[in-house]
Amino acid sequence: MEALAKSLVNAVPLLAGVPLWAVTLLLMVVVAVVILVFALTFEGVGSLVLRKVAGDIQARIGPNRVGPNGILQFLADGVKLVLKEDIIPANADRLLFQLAPYFVFVGSFAAFVVVPFGVGLIAADLNIGIYYVMAVTSLVVVGVLLAGWSSNNKWALLGGMRAAAQIVSYEIPVGMALIPAVLIAGSLSLQDIVRSQGGLLGVFGWNLFHNPFTFFSFFLYFTAAQAETNQTPFDLPEAESELVSGYNVEYSGIRFGFFFLAEFGDMFIVAALATACFLGGWNVPFFNADTLPWIWGNLLSLGVFLTKAFAMVLIMMWVRWTLPRLRVDQLMRMSWKYLVPLTFVNLLGVSLWLLLFKGKGIPGMIASLFG
Amino acid sequence: MEAQAIFDALKGKFGDAVVELQSEGFSPAFVVVAPAAVKEIARFLKDDPALSFDSLMCLSGVDYKEKFAVAYHLHSMKHRHAIGVKAFLPRENPSLPTVDDVWPAANFHEREAFDLFGIAFEGSKDLRRILLPEDWEGHPLRKDYKYPDFYHGIKV
Amino acid sequence: MTIRTDALPTQEMTINMGPQHPSTHGVLRVILTTDGEVVTRAVPDVGYLHRGLEKIGERVTYAQFMPFTDRLDYLAAMNCNCAWAWAVEKLAKIEVPERAEYLRVIVCELNRISSHLIAFGSYTADMGAFTPFLYAIREREKVNDLFEMICGNRLTYNYARVGGVSGDAPPGFLEKTKEFLDYFEPKLDEYNNLISYNKIFVHRLANVAVIPAEEAVAYGLTGPNLRGSGVPFDLRKDEPYSVYPKFDFKVCVGTGERGTPGDCFDRYMVRINEMRESIKIVRQALAQIPDGPVLAKVPRVFKPPVGEVYFRSECPRGETGIYLVSDGSVNPFRLKIRTGSFVAMNIFEKVTRGLMIADIVAVIGSFDIILPEIDR
Repeated sequence: MEALAKSLVNAVPLLAGVPLWAVTLLLMVVVAVVILVFALTFEGVGSLVLRKVAGDIQARIGPNRVGPNGILQFLADGVKLVLKEDIIPANADRLLFQLAPYFVFVGSFAAFVVVPFGVGLIAADLNIGIYYVMAVTSLVVVGVLLAGWSSNNKWALLGGMRAAAQIVSYEIPVGMALIPAVLIAGSLSLQDIVRSQGGLLGVFGWNLFHNPFTFFSFFLYFTAAQAETNQTPFDLPEAESELVSGYNVEYSGIRFGFFFLAEFGDMFIVAALATACFLGGWNVPFFNADTLPWIWGNLLSLGVFLTKAFAMVLIMMWVRWTLPRLRVDQLMRMSWKYLVPLTFVNLLGVSLWLLLFKGKGIPGMIASLFG
Repeated sequence: MEAQAIFDALKGKFGDAVVELQSEGFSPAFVVVAPAAVKEIARFLKDDPALSFDSLMCLSGVDYKEKFAVAYHLHSMKHRHAIGVKAFLPRENPSLPTVDDVWPAANFHEREAFDLFGIAFEGSKDLRRILLPEDWEGHPLRKDYKYPDFYHGIKV
Repeated sequence: MTIRTDALPTQEMTINMGPQHPSTHGVLRVILTTDGEVVTRAVPDVGYLHRGLEKIGERVTYAQFMPFTDRLDYLAAMNCNCAWAWAVEKLAKIEVPERAEYLRVIVCELNRISSHLIAFGSYTADMGAFTPFLYAIREREKVNDLFEMICGNRLTYNYARVGGVSGDAPPGFLEKTKEFLDYFEPKLDEYNNLISYNKIFVHRLANVAVIPAEEAVAYGLTGPNLRGSGVPFDLRKDEPYSVYPKFDFKVCVGTGERGTPGDCFDRYMVRINEMRESIKIVRQALAQIPDGPVLAKVPRVFKPPVGEVYFRSECPRGETGIYLVSDGSVNPFRLKIRTGSFVAMNIFEKVTRGLMIADIVAVIGSFDIILPEIDR
């Protein structure tokens, strides 16, 4: 950000007198607003796409009244939610009740900062990227627990407890499943991980095809991450049919809107991480995006990244509408008895592979055979 | 087994407690019994291998204007025959022993008879109103039931 | 509330699974006492939909009571209509024309299909798979269209009359019914592939709320609930009424194919298989239906003889038994309707001890209860 600020000050003579920290701050705010707009747009459009996909899978049409083919439905929903009465239950803990949605939303939105959208398009290329994402998305647990407790409602409490147990249990497989990508790239920074999958191997440079263990860990990651984001088959905390909407049952209006938006935000983060770590991120196949002029390179890589991320989101939606829901003890069993040991074994396998084959993946070895 | 044969078997075992057989115009036929003996007769009907009425199809209260009755409809899975048992009760304080330890299916039916007729089942493991609110007054299915005007201040 | 004195003292929680709840299939209230997620006691509280149908029956005539039977089990209204008609005809010994009986069987079996579709759809929706519900509704729409053709209504049919049915099948009805059967039969395999044998679904249902056969009989369970426990008792085969003796179909029994015999999965599979058998019955009925009148001559002022009759018929949710006491007047003297769902709630408290809250939903769905039937 500082480098960008310096180059901006040099380029625009008007800003010569402004101190550097001010320009940097201004730049940070602008970038944050851009990311926020993207996040909110995605979350809105994502909710519409979810309903349309649901309609397709369920042999019906989905929203088609608001706007041509229903594409303005999310705006209508947003306006409706904002205009609704803000009800706080009589005996609820007011401060915690009002605070909970913000925790959830911040926990989801703060992770957008390190998502590598394109060659130079990343809000903050932290050198602890993956670590930061894992840490920040855990804030969601705090928010959900607060929501469940402060609603003064036994169903909400049950939902909050279930959510806390579920999210915390699935953090481990998610983290462990992402480590192979880190090991191959040698860095926690997401841009480095994406760059490590670039090069002339094209599609086969992806971490997915690097070695059998990373192939496996992609699926482990995707499953565990689907649980992290409370999607069916892991949507116990908000199981409509049992807990009557679980931890957000007492929320109305825009407070409920925050929970709802954060869910889609989480979905995008999961998809973005999957894309960045396993599917090659913004790398254009057989092409080096750095060679293009700055704007075209960024646009192309942004397009590639978004295509891959949206495909992952669509797959999550597809799974959501197909499978039934796991019971809470089956969910816990799946995490602790199956996913955790599998991801640990996986990690061991990747480490051994990298040690034995000096960091080369199967496509790399095949390519070096042909010179 | 035919209704007459069942009646004869019961009469042989319980004598005066078994009053009469209502068969003309009654399908299935009813064996009218004394209320106090209902539990023993029920147990016999269930346990006797020739009868083995293991399924209680229905238990209803009836208000015959001068008296109440409790009508049991029984069925045997083994022998595939059916019989009815009826016990007549006076209008004041109608009560008779429960059969829910013979057929657990009786519990909800007895609660309904208690709720709608006021027939008390002695020894029932759970006798509370089932269909009407706990604090409702009166027993609606009685022929002399007067509808209340208000319930908790709401006009009925 | 009990207090466990472990290292950390805990209390049991009393939760109200209230009358308004997405999974209780109506206004059923269940008072749960739970220790965390495990239910120690689940007491059902019924009566929220009590409308006094039995008292109303004593004031209206036999013919006027027919629309009330629609509201008894609105998902299987044809079956309830026909049950009332058969009960009154048994009491008054009325001979019903054969074409009317065939039409009654056709609509009853079609209604069985549509009722089981709802049971299947709402059960899977309760389990979290929202898609099969929409598919079930789509098929049911076709059945509703057929019923609209024959009686003009999509939900509360009022089709049967004492002595026959209200109207003959319009031209094209029988062909359309055959089209529907041809369309629907492969769908059952599709549903089985999609959800019935899905590992997650099976894990949710298998070995949950096992009811052994003797207990099922002792507690008075009937219909698919009884057959799911392995008891091969079907009124259409064992105490046949109407023209059922002329049809060849299987009695579907739960075999414990994915768990223990008598668990929720068995009761669910019995319903799926019964839909197949109903298709068979309707096909045979369509082939055998004779021509003729559809309503017997019943006097306008209908006074059945004095007497008492108990008639039971196989409705989708169990047996609907009607105990009819007649004193020779135009109104019934006493009518008691014993429904399958009412008796299924009897065993609910026993069967739910020790289950988890998510399983309570599974049990309610597996009994396929409907509240108007319980509360009348």
